[in-house]
Amino acid sequence: MSAITDFIASEVKGNDVVLFMKGTPGFPQCGFSGQVVQILDYVGVDYKGINVLTSDELRQGIKEFSQWPTIPQLYVKGEFVGGCDIIREMFQAGELQTFLDEKGVSVKGAA
Amino acid sequence: MSIQSRIEVKLKQCFAPERLEVVNESHLHAGHHHSGSEHHGAFDGQGETHFRVRIVAPAFAGLNRVDRHRAINELLAEELAGSVHALALEPAAPGEKTRW
Repeated sequence: MSAITDFIASEVKGNDVVLFMKGTPGFPQCGFSGQVVQILDYVGVDYKGINVLTSDELRQGIKEFSQWPTIPQLYVKGEFVGGCDIIREMFQAGELQTFLDEKGVSVKGAA
Repeated sequence: MSIQSRIEVKLKQCFAPERLEVVNESHLHAGHHHSGSEHHGAFDGQGETHFRVRIVAPAFAGLNRVDRHRAINELLAEELAGSVHALALEPAAPGEKTRW
């Protein structure tokens, strides 16, 4: 495994909820990443945002790691959940909260 | 052939959709700057960089959300590796609720 794959694998393993995104949760640099940040903040889950714009290697590496061509990408308990469209659909259907519950991730509930 | 037409042709051939809508949303992203990405400079909104695909096809029945997206992403891998910067997807199987 390459260093970048090791890095991604350890982040995904070491954090319950990880969002690979463009920009940071405080300052998203892409509308799709921003949508997922808003949803996760609304749901009230703790997560780690990882800015893929910090390195070319990371931006390409995450696409290969997940076999998924676009950013953002959400991982929960080591499992790839999806990108912006999927997270939004799950949220709108009320499935995202259920999914997080089932995974044993605590949510603080909508503020 | 435009990228939009090529996407439509590929999707029709692969999935024989009951309904299909490929929307060029590039104009919505005019002026967005993507520093640090492979697309240097700002999008002018005139090109074919951002698309939305709405598709209803029997092939998606029995596939979960991630697998539906993977099926489309794999079909359009060439476009995504090229000039297409963003691809929003709304796949559904026949009988499922759609919003378009």
